[in-house]
Amino acid sequence: MTVSVIQFGGSNCDRDAVRALSHLGVDAERVWHADGLPTDTDGIVIPGGFSYGDYLRAGAMAARQPIMGEVREAAADGTPVLGVCNGAQIGCETGLTDGAFTTNRSARFQCEHVHLRIERADTPWTAAYDEGDVIEVPIAHGEGRFEIREDRLDTLEAEDRVLFRYCDADGDATQGANPNGSTANVAGILGARETVAVMMPHPERATLPDIGGTDGQGVLRAFAE
Amino acid sequence: MTGYTATVTVRLKHGVLDPEAETTQRALERLGFELDDLRSADRFEIDLDAADADEAGERAGEMADRLLANPTIHDYEVEVAERE
Repeated sequence: MTVSVIQFGGSNCDRDAVRALSHLGVDAERVWHADGLPTDTDGIVIPGGFSYGDYLRAGAMAARQPIMGEVREAAADGTPVLGVCNGAQIGCETGLTDGAFTTNRSARFQCEHVHLRIERADTPWTAAYDEGDVIEVPIAHGEGRFEIREDRLDTLEAEDRVLFRYCDADGDATQGANPNGSTANVAGILGARETVAVMMPHPERATLPDIGGTDGQGVLRAFAE
Repeated sequence: MTGYTATVTVRLKHGVLDPEAETTQRALERLGFELDDLRSADRFEIDLDAADADEAGERAGEMADRLLANPTIHDYEVEVAERE
């Protein structure tokens, strides 16, 4: 498995993602977006950061770069694709996943640890956990509030495509545990296929034991299979 | 061909929370202004040549659909005026 971590101007979690994947024994390399997707790509990470300075809307510019056409094709063919933070915003903007991530309810940039509840454990991203497990991972975003049309939220829930919800330490998805005002406490969702996922929290920042917490490892283990 | 300016105004859909507008409103109130509500919008002024105003509006609408607005959270409107 060779994972391509796509780097746009302004991406800043690309090295973290490569480091975290390497720690898990996964071959990963950074790919500059203008160079296109390498032919040996078996997995794709769209990393966090501030691509294009968040111009217009976070992720709007990167979502319209030519490489994203290649990513959508690969995703449709079953290549695992994970969008983290800015990568999640790009994923929604490019139509890999439904909904949008927009300005936090606080109107502030928030950098803190949160708890997530695993909503289903039968996906590559959550196979290392049990349904209902609570994990602790960091968030660092100003535009992480999940918004979606009401009828589309119904579809998302009915199709069981919510992967992670913000919750308290006991696993209750309360409003108090919702850091950014996300609809239905949604922190991460699946795309049309279960091999495509986006999430605002950072599993790659909760993978290396030396930097505190390894709860995010399970998500990245999807690429280790 | 005629020169037009198409003005695209992008607003949050009714009911979508606008934390920046709320913060701006609170700042105005701190300055002593009285107001009932405040909404913000993005405005794009696009200069383009087109056969007629309808075509100019159509092209600007397509730009809004494909980039300027996000249909999940935004509504938009397009106004077209001949450029002087």
